[in-house]
Amino acid sequence: MAVSLDVDGLAKTYTGHGRDVEAIRDLTFKVQQGELVCVVGPSGAGKTTLLRCIAGLLDSSGGQVRLDGVPVTEPPPGMAVVFQEYGRSLFPWLTVRKNVELPIKSRPAFRKSAEAALEAVGLSDSADAHPWQLSGGMQQRVAIARAIAYEPSVLLMDEPFAAVDAQTRADLEDLVRTLWRRLGITIVFVTHDIDESVYLGQRVLVLSNRPTTVLADVPVDLPEERTQLETRSSPAFAEIRSQVWTLVQQAKKDS
Amino acid sequence: MRLWKPLAGIAIVAAAAEIVPRAGLVDARFLPPFTTMVRALGRQVVEGDFWLALGQTLGGWALGLAIAMIAGVLAGVLIGSVPFLRAVTASTIEFLRPIPSVALIPLVVLIYGSRIQSALVLVVYAAFWQVLVQVLYGVADVDPVVRDTARSFRFSRWGIVRTVVWPTALPYVMTGFRLAAAVALILEITAELIVGVPGLGRAIGVAQSSGAVPDTYALVLVVGLIGVVVNVGARAVERRTLRWHTSIRSEA
Amino acid sequence: MRRVLLAVALPAVLIAVWWVVSALAGSFFWPPLSTVLAVFPETWNADRIVGDVLPSLARLAIGYLIALVGGVVLGVAIGSFRTLRAMAEPVLEFFRALPPPVLIPVIALFAGYTGWTSKIVTIALGCLWPILLNTVDGVRSVDEVLRDTARSYRLGPVDRFLHVVLRGASPRIVTGARQALSIGVILMVISELFGANRGLGATIVQFQRGFEVPEMWTGIILLGLLGVVLSVLFRLVENWTLAWYHGQRQAERKG
Repeated sequence: MAVSLDVDGLAKTYTGHGRDVEAIRDLTFKVQQGELVCVVGPSGAGKTTLLRCIAGLLDSSGGQVRLDGVPVTEPPPGMAVVFQEYGRSLFPWLTVRKNVELPIKSRPAFRKSAEAALEAVGLSDSADAHPWQLSGGMQQRVAIARAIAYEPSVLLMDEPFAAVDAQTRADLEDLVRTLWRRLGITIVFVTHDIDESVYLGQRVLVLSNRPTTVLADVPVDLPEERTQLETRSSPAFAEIRSQVWTLVQQAKKDS
Repeated sequence: MRLWKPLAGIAIVAAAAEIVPRAGLVDARFLPPFTTMVRALGRQVVEGDFWLALGQTLGGWALGLAIAMIAGVLAGVLIGSVPFLRAVTASTIEFLRPIPSVALIPLVVLIYGSRIQSALVLVVYAAFWQVLVQVLYGVADVDPVVRDTARSFRFSRWGIVRTVVWPTALPYVMTGFRLAAAVALILEITAELIVGVPGLGRAIGVAQSSGAVPDTYALVLVVGLIGVVVNVGARAVERRTLRWHTSIRSEA
Repeated sequence: MRRVLLAVALPAVLIAVWWVVSALAGSFFWPPLSTVLAVFPETWNADRIVGDVLPSLARLAIGYLIALVGGVVLGVAIGSFRTLRAMAEPVLEFFRALPPPVLIPVIALFAGYTGWTSKIVTIALGCLWPILLNTVDGVRSVDEVLRDTARSYRLGPVDRFLHVVLRGASPRIVTGARQALSIGVILMVISELFGANRGLGATIVQFQRGFEVPEMWTGIILLGLLGVVLSVLFRLVENWTLAWYHGQRQAERKG
């Protein structure tokens, strides 16, 4: 399997008014093509900084991020991002359909791709609504549809379900698993929720507190067929969960 | 230092206003160099006439604004608190508000000529609507639950206005004050310039028609600075009252 | 039915009061409303409409459009660069605070004050500042997440300008345009009071100087109607361009 995303010695220090803040220190990990990797860490662990560096939205102060071997210096073509703030990442003046179509407008058959993406997230009926007419969970589905219609080789998700209710969250988690298995894309999923990271991921990267490094790389040995009820109540799940939990607690204490 | 950029911006514009006429890019008879304007201003400020005109402008502005504020707030609270009045007056307010205050210029000239009443009518008319509309927004913003709570504790009508309506409406009143202060200054200067009511506006007109170009610019500069002080001051007052109030709204 | 009655009741009463009081008063300044209405059609005959009213409106329209285009273009440029914005701010504040009518004597210095050009320049310059400053604020207030979204999906410069900056700033641009419209009407009228000339404002002042009081009143009424019609037209355009914004705000208030 080829390496899709290669984060090598990444560092980020914010320089401000006479005070430097070291957010990320020497962060290294690799993501294979087609993998679903979750990144967890205590709040304030620079998860969003890391994601913005990977996405090319933020310049790093050291190290390198490579996507399919090409160093990332600006947002690369093969990458899509789903932001936590669904209400703010969708264009409120465009309909759901237009939101999905906008980034791919110049491609042939973009209408069909958008249609298919909306179908895949179950929003075909709401295509002509505006985002603010939809519930939070549905808005995040629109953002996911836009991402998959873009056909990225890597999909970055920044705490995408932090702001939706528990029931919706479970549905959206299953949607991500389904889409990932169907489309075979690489997903990096950042979350602060330990259960979510174990339920979704093939691996869980545990980040340390600031300045952030990779504290542990925990493989998730759970069957590929996962369901909210059975997977979450299985002993294997509980074991990995407590392992990650212990690591996150340790990360918190280290600060 | 965060000040150097704004100061640099002012310096660049001032330098441009100095160089452009000196280099002959624009006829210096129409746009005198900046230093000439400043010198003209220096001559003005040692004369009593200038301070008299300044006082007349500020006096007319303040008086008109005060009348508009009192009338606007009283009318706004009264209309806003009585649903029947609100329903009856809504269409009339919507109709009267966009009527340009300058439409009244011929009428006030006919009645008052160039006496200060002319300016006062125009200033009050224009500023009144700004205040009234904001106060109506403010009273409409009162939480019905809070109002019902106050009523269930058998507050008097005046008590409700004082303890519930007024605090909610206050930030809106301040927004109205800011908008009205700016509009009032525009109308005061307009009345002086067009109608000939004594004040800085008339002084500008006199300077221009007598060919005193640097003085014209000097007075325009002064009027602009008054405008800046009025805006900045009103915004500061507004911000102080807004601090405890989180509602965000676009200004009309 | 009740709503229509409520809407019409007070205006009807006010007009009736005006009618009766002006008829009884016999004042030179307040001629009977019946007389005013009687002279209206002959005062604003086809000749006056073509020779005075339409040219005034044309100057207003041209000046306003120049201000709109110039204000938005300059506003977007200034709003997009932080240093430029910081430097321009005090200068813009000055021009915003400058009561627009004082532009007239200044412009008169350059070109006299007779033709169309000077009047159009007056209107354009007066209307420019509210549009410009509101556009600057609007561009600055475009959501950070939305900007990131546009960057990570690699929207081109044209798409970014049209779909992110311009639409994002549009609520503030409309606010500025509304302020500019009332300033434009003021300047349309008073620019005609300088120097003997034709036009709506000039005609009304000629009536006043000639003590043709009923005719003057017809002019005041016409100006009032014009203000109302323009504000209704503006409301229509606003509702059409900002439907998404009002909908979104309503959705937020409910949520």
